[in-house]
Amino acid sequence: MSGHWEVVIGLEIHAQLATRSKIFSGAATAYGAEPNTQACLVDLGYPGVLPVLNEEVIRMACKFGLAVNATVARRSVFARKNYFYPDLPKGYQISQFELPIVEHGELYIKDADGNDKRIGITRAHLEEDAGKSIHEGLDGSSGIDLNRAGTPLLEIVSEPDLRSAKEAIAYMRKIHTLVRYLEISDGNMAEGSFRCDANISVRPRGQKKLGTRAELKNLNSFRFVEKAINFEIERQIELIEDGGKVVQETRLYDSDRDETRTMRAKEEANDYRYFPDPDLLPIEIDEEYIEAVRRTLPELPDAKQQRFVTDYNLKASDAAILTVNRALADYFEAAVAAGTARAQVVANWVIGDLAAALNKDGLEIETSRIAAGDLSGLLDRIDDNTISGKIAKEVFDAMWTGEGTADEIIEARGLQQITDTSAIEAVVDKVIAANPAQVAEYQSGKDKLIGFFVGQVMQETGGKANPGQVNTILKEKLAK
Amino acid sequence: MQELHTQTLTQLAAGMQRGDFSSVELIEVLLGRIESLDQSLNAFITVTADAALAAAVRADDARATGDAGVLNGLPVVHKDIFCTKGVTTTCGSRMLENFVSPYDATIVERLAAAGAVVLGKTNMDEFAMGSSSETSYFGPVRNPWDRERSPGGSSGGSAAAVAARLAPAATGTDTGGSIRQPAALTGTVGMKPTYGRVSRYGMVAFASSLDQAGVITRSTEDAALLLGVMAGFDQRDSTSIDRPVPDYVASLAKSLKGLRIGIVRQHFDTGLDDKCAAAVRESLAVLEAQGAKLTEVDLPNLDLSVPTYYVVAPAECSSNMSRFDGVRFGHRAKDPEDLFDLYCRSRGEGFGAEVKRRIMTGTYVLSAGYYDAYYLKAQRVRQLIAQDFNKAFAEVDIIAGPTAPTPAFRLGDKTDDPITMYLNDIYTIGANLAGLPAISIPCGFVDGLPVGLHLVGPHFGEETVLRCAHQYQQQTHWHEACPEGYQ
Repeated sequence: MSGHWEVVIGLEIHAQLATRSKIFSGAATAYGAEPNTQACLVDLGYPGVLPVLNEEVIRMACKFGLAVNATVARRSVFARKNYFYPDLPKGYQISQFELPIVEHGELYIKDADGNDKRIGITRAHLEEDAGKSIHEGLDGSSGIDLNRAGTPLLEIVSEPDLRSAKEAIAYMRKIHTLVRYLEISDGNMAEGSFRCDANISVRPRGQKKLGTRAELKNLNSFRFVEKAINFEIERQIELIEDGGKVVQETRLYDSDRDETRTMRAKEEANDYRYFPDPDLLPIEIDEEYIEAVRRTLPELPDAKQQRFVTDYNLKASDAAILTVNRALADYFEAAVAAGTARAQVVANWVIGDLAAALNKDGLEIETSRIAAGDLSGLLDRIDDNTISGKIAKEVFDAMWTGEGTADEIIEARGLQQITDTSAIEAVVDKVIAANPAQVAEYQSGKDKLIGFFVGQVMQETGGKANPGQVNTILKEKLAK
Repeated sequence: MQELHTQTLTQLAAGMQRGDFSSVELIEVLLGRIESLDQSLNAFITVTADAALAAAVRADDARATGDAGVLNGLPVVHKDIFCTKGVTTTCGSRMLENFVSPYDATIVERLAAAGAVVLGKTNMDEFAMGSSSETSYFGPVRNPWDRERSPGGSSGGSAAAVAARLAPAATGTDTGGSIRQPAALTGTVGMKPTYGRVSRYGMVAFASSLDQAGVITRSTEDAALLLGVMAGFDQRDSTSIDRPVPDYVASLAKSLKGLRIGIVRQHFDTGLDDKCAAAVRESLAVLEAQGAKLTEVDLPNLDLSVPTYYVVAPAECSSNMSRFDGVRFGHRAKDPEDLFDLYCRSRGEGFGAEVKRRIMTGTYVLSAGYYDAYYLKAQRVRQLIAQDFNKAFAEVDIIAGPTAPTPAFRLGDKTDDPITMYLNDIYTIGANLAGLPAISIPCGFVDGLPVGLHLVGPHFGEETVLRCAHQYQQQTHWHEACPEGYQ
């Protein structure tokens, strides 16, 4: 990419709020039900029905607003966004327009140089989701599934502060982490609970005026967001450098072809004719309500990350990984608290072996086959020299397949480390006696052969000899 | 005994209580009248004879077992804009010609729970958009006082049915005068309560911030009785207000001594028929003689109410009508070529001219670049009009004046001139814009046609409005007059 161009990106993230019932009706919001089994008359937009606000969404939006240091509006208003589409039953979507519930927020990401960078959050507003059109498996006709119609969404709009696909992803991940911390969204991207639109433009570096933007719709994985944005940046730069002009339009990302293409041009854009919805009263909340919500806020990801570095002496990068997910952080803390192992050792295991095992079996930390206390039990055995780190991996694998606790497995398999000096000395003597040639070579200065002797001793002891002691004793005896 | 069809709800309730007649006998009489007389009026879209008789049987059983609600066995008719389970709810439109609602509107539920028996669903201007009941897909309603004339609208079917003694009581909806103006034009009582007093759930929306359900009856006492059953908070309607419902009937008895009645200077300016003005002035003298104090009040922005209304109402209408797209219910065009064709032809065929006119007007005033100049400005003027009323109500308890500028007009007279038609609502629209309770009661005749007196109260001032109307009816007999051929 040419250094001559500056990229400007703003994201609109749609996070489905994790309420049990819909935003304006009592129908359930669970994912994956038979089409149209979770749509009541209100969701279907029947004549005469009226929306009634699910007040849980106010609390959730308020939580988000406080977490991003935003203004939570004392009064916000639902508006109708009017357009015709088969999966939009009423012919309008109930959203917020002029007076959203959350405004003027911010969060911080790391820029390319590792420095904190502030990303402004213009607003976050409440709205209802639409249904889904289904075009497959219906013999050429199209179907509509209105189960999703009326599911609550929080649309989070960033300022155009992002300067690369990497920053966009970093911002999106931060929001993703945050909404799950706050327990206001499950963030499940495969089910569409967390998706985003990206507004992208480029301008010559130093130019104040923004370039013409294109909007990429419905990006539903971090990977696609990055690829789509990068494709779009390239497309716009090439277009301008070839003497063309970017036109304002909405584009779709085709993940199969890894390209974006026109969905609708500006002149085809809808005039949504927003106006306040007369069926709903304005949302009015007071200071007391906001303070009550503030008291329910959990420790937020940035604070937790900082605390992990200070309190546990973790590497900053490890603290970042562990705090991406509240459950993972809780697991880590529980494991540290349950045992004697150093926090960094626990972190290494959680990020390393445990993460790999979870990943292999497609499990989440919540459904880990090894509980935090049990992992701690294993690490304690390393810490008290009952087993070596190497043997611990074997024990871990056995724990993962359900053979029992670390102690049970060590006991059953006879994996206790040999720390008895005389026992190790006996083996060392045996190895030295069996390998006179290597001894001679070592003593003539070939220090590297120490590894060979350690290996022999470990082989003799089934890997159970304490490696530190083996080293010391070997060096002692070989030096004679 | 006075013939059953001529009795008011209150009289019928008492008679049934005494055992003078059964609900079945009463319902049979009225169904018979509808059968023989409604051809002359076209007041009904649907008559639910079988269901009514079955309900009457149940009501008689309930009375026998002492399990009777306040309206047990008493007949009502519903404007065909209220959703009724298992019976078509057409809104007077081809769009909903065959629409059968899967649920009952809240007021339908409440009246049924009180034991009321529904005789049928009444004709109306399409989707309540009109002031003459001529925009109905099912043909115009005729005024029983002169069948060449309109009964007013949009609740013209309800008003005509009550005036012609086909039913003692009817529900209606009032967005800009749609209960009160037809009541005035048919010599009946029409009451629109405070916005939020009665649930809108199950009432097909025209202009949501203005729509309010109410009643059409032959006496104020009956209006009070019915309203007491219909009113009250409904958690399914966010705009309904959680506030206890007073005993309206009990509040009627108090005299008018000391009641401050405001006469609006602007009401008697231009546009009001001289003979109507005389009838209204005469009725004010009656109220004064009963001890009320008359004072002049000012509603300086009254002339802006019609233009304001015809921005706000169409705007909301254009959005409310969007759900009629031929996809899930209602009229669907045959063999659409594509989605756009499905929308265009379903709506093009399903809606009549007045509905289309309002959808277009509403779409225009909400469009980018016009929103501020029209919709936003209209909302500001609406505030001013509401403030005018508030100021007036600081000085008076009731505002009185004419309901409509003229008596019933001829069918077809105004259909080609929407503006003249719209001006028919000039006196009633203010109460909708400000959300106030208001009633129209008969106060005289002009050339054999009824004239209405309009009484408006402050928010939740239903008791005062009803009391004033009732006390007036204790001194006058205009409301007892019956049109020729329907005695």
